[in-house]
Amino acid sequence: MRTVLILSLAAVVLAACEREDRDYRSNPVTAETNEKIALVPLSAGPGGPTEQRSGLGKDYEENAYHISQGQRLYTWFNCNGCHANGGGDSGPALMDDRWIYGGQIENIVQTIREGRPNGMPSFRGKIPDDQIWQIAAYIRSMGRNVPKPAAPSRKDDMSPGPAEQRRPPGEVIDGGQIPPSAQMPQ
Amino acid sequence: MGGVRLALVLALSLILQPASPILAQSTPPQPAAPSFAATPEDGQWTIPQKNYASTRYSDLSEINTETVKNLQVAFTFSTGVNKGQESAPLVVGGTMYVLSPYPNILYALDLTQPGAPMKWQYNPKPAAAAQGVACCDLVNRGPTFANGRIVFTTLDAHVVAVNAETGEEVWKTKLGDINRGETMTMAPLVVKDKVIVGISGGEYGVRGWIQALDINSGQSVWKAYNTGPDQDVKIGPTFKPFYDSDKGKDLGVTTWPADAWQQGGGTVWGWLSYDPDLNLLYHGTGNPGPWNPNQRPGDNKWTAGIFARDPDTGEARWFYQTAPHDLHDWDNINELILLDMEWDGKPRKVLVHPGRTGFLYIIDRTTGEVLSAKPFHALTAVTGVDLKTGRIAYNSEKEPVNNRVVRDICPTAPGAKDWNPSAFSHKTGLLYIPHMNMCMDWESVEPNYIAGTPYVGAEVRMYPGPGGHMGEFSAWDLQAGKELWTINERFPLWSGALATAGDVVFYGTMEGWFKAVHARTGEVLWQFKVDSGIIGQPTTYRGPDGKQYVAILSGVGGWAGAIVSGDLDPRDSSAAKGFVNAVRDLKNVTTKGGTLYVFKLP
Repeated sequence: MRTVLILSLAAVVLAACEREDRDYRSNPVTAETNEKIALVPLSAGPGGPTEQRSGLGKDYEENAYHISQGQRLYTWFNCNGCHANGGGDSGPALMDDRWIYGGQIENIVQTIREGRPNGMPSFRGKIPDDQIWQIAAYIRSMGRNVPKPAAPSRKDDMSPGPAEQRRPPGEVIDGGQIPPSAQMPQ
Repeated sequence: MGGVRLALVLALSLILQPASPILAQSTPPQPAAPSFAATPEDGQWTIPQKNYASTRYSDLSEINTETVKNLQVAFTFSTGVNKGQESAPLVVGGTMYVLSPYPNILYALDLTQPGAPMKWQYNPKPAAAAQGVACCDLVNRGPTFANGRIVFTTLDAHVVAVNAETGEEVWKTKLGDINRGETMTMAPLVVKDKVIVGISGGEYGVRGWIQALDINSGQSVWKAYNTGPDQDVKIGPTFKPFYDSDKGKDLGVTTWPADAWQQGGGTVWGWLSYDPDLNLLYHGTGNPGPWNPNQRPGDNKWTAGIFARDPDTGEARWFYQTAPHDLHDWDNINELILLDMEWDGKPRKVLVHPGRTGFLYIIDRTTGEVLSAKPFHALTAVTGVDLKTGRIAYNSEKEPVNNRVVRDICPTAPGAKDWNPSAFSHKTGLLYIPHMNMCMDWESVEPNYIAGTPYVGAEVRMYPGPGGHMGEFSAWDLQAGKELWTINERFPLWSGALATAGDVVFYGTMEGWFKAVHARTGEVLWQFKVDSGIIGQPTTYRGPDGKQYVAILSGVGGWAGAIVSGDLDPRDSSAAKGFVNAVRDLKNVTTKGGTLYVFKLP
């Protein structure tokens, strides 16, 4: 009876571990995931753009470990220097619902890796691929576009506002802002 | 009979009082503009500072305390760019020049025609990526005119000279690399045949410098860094600083941890002045990098101070550091106003400087000696300036500690007053200072230097200072060292000031009110609501029709207005380096814009 109890407890404990199953070895800097995504909802011909998402994004943005790693890396790679704690600065806000270059995690990964024309630098070769996914997962948590239990709670530093976990679930509106260069006369 | 005689004597003495020799001895004459800035008014406004002494005063008086109430819009013009408009509209002959924020388009408007139609536009087409390394919106502080050319800087760190008649590019010189966080936002100053410019990027670990270009060719003539070895800083045998703390070899290296001076800031993005009699160029130096002071023990020479240099060679003559080992991002690039005034019974050539530290400095501009430093803002972070050593005294309780939030620090990171220039009236002898009234919480965190990304290391949030308002427009009595009157404003003042001989002083608010106030009483005589918040520099001129006009750009932005111009999210109190917390309501009050407004009397 006692053995059964221990075994069943162990099974429960081990099952709990399953949620946090992850690779401990990072991809080399040069390795790149290759998601096939579109920047726009419009395509030539009916049916919308052709996209192939591998599902890797879900593994990152539904995982508290990846999101919290992303939170740390967000500061380490100076993302906060331009985007503050999500409210924005020289770079646009990341906690709101407007996504110039798409707000799905695959779009954000691409934005970090490739840069964007109006000031976003390219981090290709500077941040290992899995860490770019972690940062993107954290950015998804800023507008609470990740499950509540996976989103970070209050951080140790000066509180800039309610923690990601306490924010109401967000939505994503793609292409919400005209970049300034598009307003350029002549 | 006796009573009548007494009354007569009293009346006579009252009449005679202004000319009384006794009174003239006890009250020193009011401060005055130096002779090189007090030339007869030509009705133009050819450089943002108006003159080399940077008084921003016009002798025009058609618009005065009586007539100003009738001011009306003469014409408007859209710059086509909805970003912060910090620039000054210039007028040379019958043409007005307006420079937009990034993408830095220069427009020439024909003032001789009804409605001032466009003569030409010149687009330098700066790199779009430069927007990513501009700390505080995409502003530009104005073009300047000299030798038949309009000269200005672009966000991607180029300097351009354009033929003022035709709009043709004469030369364009690249001076910085955006991949190292280098941008340019300042208005150049032309001294003799040299264009003097400096680099921006104090929040990106840029090593600050000032440089002179040949106005004919655009080629560099000299370049002086503000950190590093004496040779790079152009410190030689003729460098005679007033205070001992600025004497010694290679202080730009030894007052830093090893090699930290290479990312040490000390940029030059603010105002320049020039004294042709002393042949001295004056410029400030920006904050040391990073903001977090615990990363850089030492005085961090030559950041956060004022240099006097020989404009021909760049050689330094004197230096005064307003914020040694700066704790709170107190750049020292604010306007440097050159005046003549009597101090302790002796005439002195002075430099007046309302600093970010919260003190109004009066400095002997020949020697660099600080004559006076009086507070014009609520202070908790500093206790005073020791006039013997010139050194500011920091309040140790407000000094940043890594990973601890220090509260109620006044003034804030943008300082008691930021870049937006004051004006000095040659007539009233008063200084008109647009400034702030704010405090902040600050947490120092360890920064990480990655070239081309910010290098700051601080979490900040700002809020209104005592009284709850965030802006103040003050008339300052330099001799007495105190305010004469002050107008409180809800939002921080981020616009410059203009003084005129009509005893009317102009400034704008971030809500979008353009105001004309009585120079002696501070009474608001006229105001007009423009389309967007004002952070620009008002100027005035005599049009080809002989009438006086007043010009201002509207279009909110800059560090203070980034919440609107950059669509920032006020749920994050640290957005825009903490400024968003203070101005979180600004989005409910104004929207983006970019419009020139010109006013005249009917």
